[in-house]
Amino acid sequence: MGDAVWVLGTSMTRFGRYPDLDAVDLAAQASMDALADGGVTIHDMDILAAGTLFQQSGMGQRLQKQIGQTGIPVYNVTNACATGATAIRTVHLAIKAGEAEMGLAVGVEQMGKMGLLRGGSKSDANVYEPSGRHGAVTAVDGILGTETMPGVFAQAGMEYAYENAGVGFEQFARVAYKNHLHSTLNPLAQYRKEFSMEEIMGSPVQSYPNTLLMCCPTGDGAAAAVLVSEERLRSMPDEVQKRAVKISASVLTSDPWVESGQVQPDVNTLTRNAATQAYETAGVGPEDLDLVELHDCFATAELIHYDNLGLCERGGAGDFIDSGGPFRDGRTPVNVSGGLISKGHPIGATGVANVYEVATHLRGEAGDRQVEGAKVGLAHVIGLGSACGIHILEKAA
Amino acid sequence: MSDEENEAPAEVPTHLPIVDYLVLGDDPHLVANECTGCEARYFDRRNACARCGQGEFASVRVDNAATLRSFSVVHRAAPGIPVPYVSAIVRTDDGTSVRSNVVGLDDPMKAALGMRLTLTTYGCGTDDNGTECVAFGYAAA
Repeated sequence: MGDAVWVLGTSMTRFGRYPDLDAVDLAAQASMDALADGGVTIHDMDILAAGTLFQQSGMGQRLQKQIGQTGIPVYNVTNACATGATAIRTVHLAIKAGEAEMGLAVGVEQMGKMGLLRGGSKSDANVYEPSGRHGAVTAVDGILGTETMPGVFAQAGMEYAYENAGVGFEQFARVAYKNHLHSTLNPLAQYRKEFSMEEIMGSPVQSYPNTLLMCCPTGDGAAAAVLVSEERLRSMPDEVQKRAVKISASVLTSDPWVESGQVQPDVNTLTRNAATQAYETAGVGPEDLDLVELHDCFATAELIHYDNLGLCERGGAGDFIDSGGPFRDGRTPVNVSGGLISKGHPIGATGVANVYEVATHLRGEAGDRQVEGAKVGLAHVIGLGSACGIHILEKAA
Repeated sequence: MSDEENEAPAEVPTHLPIVDYLVLGDDPHLVANECTGCEARYFDRRNACARCGQGEFASVRVDNAATLRSFSVVHRAAPGIPVPYVSAIVRTDDGTSVRSNVVGLDDPMKAALGMRLTLTTYGCGTDDNGTECVAFGYAAA
């Protein structure tokens, strides 16, 4: 186990809206805090990976100009909603390869009020002309199904409901109820308000079964993590070593071919594959997890990932939520941060922020929302297209 | 320039399919590019089959009969798109997944998982030349 990679320091900004700052400011804030948390500086870093989906290119270099231009290699990464996890994975790979002892991974996004993602209005073309890979003569969103995110993920959930008993509107709503409730304890969450089941089910329908309160907001924020090789960590003071968190598995997968994949992005198979690899690499099973931060971009998504990550019996996600399993006092607390639904989802930051959350619990530093005695946790993100990142973290022995 | 001016004006079609994998006429249906190796189907062109890697495809007809495997009743969409509508993932009887709308329901919440459907076509707009765009959807069978 001498070649493990560890999280030395980590931080995130509160997610929300920062009209007076730009994305570089947010990335710099999270980075400086993560470096300070690890007791190191940018001058100790051998590599920097910066993840963002919507910002101007060169985020890593622009960040360096704020916090230190040391000439180290910079990897600017983008991988849909798995962008942040990909930044961590990039640094992890470099350390594993022996090319770096220490590196900084940062994820950032400034979305403001972007509103509904995806889905196109009709084009301005006045004469029909076939174009694109399907020879479409007009925008097909709304005619040949939906391209919007709430709708695509609604369909992912409804397919699960078709195949499995005990899953419907109420189970999806309960996921959102839980995450809003959890967020009341997290000072870093974009929203911190509890809602009743009636309020959630009665809020405006976006794409049934997803109502407004079952959808993540857009927002701004950044998160960062300093990763270090085990060898280098062992040269550090005891109190630093005690706070370090071990990365027992770092996995990235893409979606293998499935029959329906060309019309509905498959968020299941690649998550199952990543989970299988991660559990095998870490030598733990889902029953060993003390907490999970998973990709609840919509309530319908969280429910199906209970099954994909093996947190429940196959087909049993409805029972799992109904029996309280993923609540903070349940069998496997899921999204005690409030999740994307209430903590927020500044896309590039999300995959680093969930590692921050799990690491903070494993260190016993999560304050009011602390999962007592947490020793092992899992962070999962998925980006459509698709990319899935899973990190399993373990408390220092 | 002059070549363009000398060209005979193109005949304006009375209607066009919304996508090139919709075949109109007396018997509207979808077509797919099917891998000759493993029978995976694609509505667009592929350089090699994403499933098995072979590079040969044959055009095949897709069954019009289908089952509703998943849907969402969309209430919020980009400007200009009429809501609510029923976005659907259907599985045709010959095993092909298709994304489209369920049409013809007086109440969108009458969409039901597992309901039997059949392909139908309808006009969804007209351009400045008077050409009608013909879309496809799935109606209760």
